[in-house]
Amino acid sequence: MGQSSLSAEIHSEPANRSDVPIVAFKGVNRRFKAPSGGMVSALENISLDIYANEFVSIIGPSGCGKSTLIRIAADLLSPSDGEVRVNGKPPHTARLNREYGMVFQAATLYDWRTVIKNIELPLEVMRWPSARRTARAKEMLDLVELTEFASNYPWQLSGGMQQRVAIARALTFEPSILFMDEPFGALDEITRERMNIELLKIWSKTKTTVIFITHSIQEAVYLSSRIVVMSPRPGQIVADIPIDLPYPRAPEIRDTEAFYRLVSRVRAGLHT
Amino acid sequence: MSQATLTQPSGTQSLSHPSELITLVRPAGTFILVLIGIGLIWEAIKIIFHLDIKILPHVSDISDALLSPIQEGKPILAQLLFDAAIFTLREALLGFGLGASLGFALAVIFAHSLPLERGLMPLVVASQTVPVLAIAPMVVVWLKAGWLSVAVISAYLTFFPVTVNTLRGLSSVPATALELMQSYAATRRQILVKLRIPNALPYIMTALKISATTSIVGAIIGELPSGIQDGLGGAILNFNQYYSSAPARLWATNLVAALTGILAFASVVLVEQAIVRWLPADRSTL
Repeated sequence: MGQSSLSAEIHSEPANRSDVPIVAFKGVNRRFKAPSGGMVSALENISLDIYANEFVSIIGPSGCGKSTLIRIAADLLSPSDGEVRVNGKPPHTARLNREYGMVFQAATLYDWRTVIKNIELPLEVMRWPSARRTARAKEMLDLVELTEFASNYPWQLSGGMQQRVAIARALTFEPSILFMDEPFGALDEITRERMNIELLKIWSKTKTTVIFITHSIQEAVYLSSRIVVMSPRPGQIVADIPIDLPYPRAPEIRDTEAFYRLVSRVRAGLHT
Repeated sequence: MSQATLTQPSGTQSLSHPSELITLVRPAGTFILVLIGIGLIWEAIKIIFHLDIKILPHVSDISDALLSPIQEGKPILAQLLFDAAIFTLREALLGFGLGASLGFALAVIFAHSLPLERGLMPLVVASQTVPVLAIAPMVVVWLKAGWLSVAVISAYLTFFPVTVNTLRGLSSVPATALELMQSYAATRRQILVKLRIPNALPYIMTALKISATTSIVGAIIGELPSGIQDGLGGAILNFNQYYSSAPARLWATNLVAALTGILAFASVVLVEQAIVRWLPADRSTL
């Protein structure tokens, strides 16, 4: 399968590519104070444009600054220097406008809230009226196929189910961007593969722009329309690989030769 | 998918909390057994060491004292002590309310202002190193002897554990739980109400259990310099003076004071079980 013959099918709206990027990093550096006193560079000269409806995975070894990158875009950290734009605005403005949803590695559900109340949390913060809130949360529960668990508490759910609640919660206010920081990193391989299938289903329904952090090559290739490979600390972008497998992707695609070839390309990128 | 990832068979069932009554009845049964055991050891010690009634009365001496009138034509001691316990309990409840509110308010202020925490926390700690016996007479002079002075003395003993524990609970919020709120652009007040306070509730409940019992001690001590005769403090002072002629009465009074403390503690446990409902049954506390 030649890459060029497939690329036309990847993006339903290829014209978006020429639009303003949804998330843009330009010459971004981030340094941290090291415990020993000096400064450690976590990110070095990151320039990256992410466009509407892309599913971009950022992959790299532990400690390469992937999470730092996503936290800078989410305005949970500020860059040491460089410029970041989210929907054309500074991240701070985008955060105040609630333009993105966030999913962490730990589901971070609030223990004292039932599943449905957890999903309603962002809507409560945004002061939606109660009836609209509940209706919306129920729709989200249907989307992640957890309808019958609405009144359960988080401890009663498995890790995979908790993470689906977290995804529902992040999408409940229909943000245009979804930041996912190793969302399935703590799950076992079997659950993770199922979650990947689920996530693609959800993504095909919502068409949110997703920025997805992972250190699993297979996961990145299966999910993404594009993979950005980062080097070990200080994190730099070493490869930017389009994944020209057509969506919707059946789970079996993971056994095809085209899939393996892409896995090899990403691996090669990681080991340069 | 939802079936496949379901690891807990009880997933769709309602919370597996046993009813509140059962969770109190079981420890109560154990407690009664322990009481019987203590009674037996008590009597054994009395026999082995040939102890005089003034040093250690028989259990039966205490129950006799409880069931006989203190003077001809007056109600029995148990009735008198019951009334005294209710009286003290009301003072303690007011003190507990004042102390817990003050303690909670201080914790919220400290959680939001490091300078205030650094500046005032040493004073809060210092306040607890001054014995309440030294503070109580001053409170009585300032506020005039009465209900309020007793409640304030009780509150003085109550607020400290609430401040320390609540502060701990408010500040021990997981980093990502806080980042989540920030990603929603939540206000400080929303973070306090929707995250910090619920997160602190188990800590607060622990503090309230401690404070419920110390509020009784505080009310009893507060009655002494206030010259209040109607509560357990008054009864202790009174029977202390007649200890050599009727020692069992003071023992009976102590017993009632202890039971009052247990009642206060158990009340908080009931409230806790009604509020903190989200924990698995095996993690709930008694």
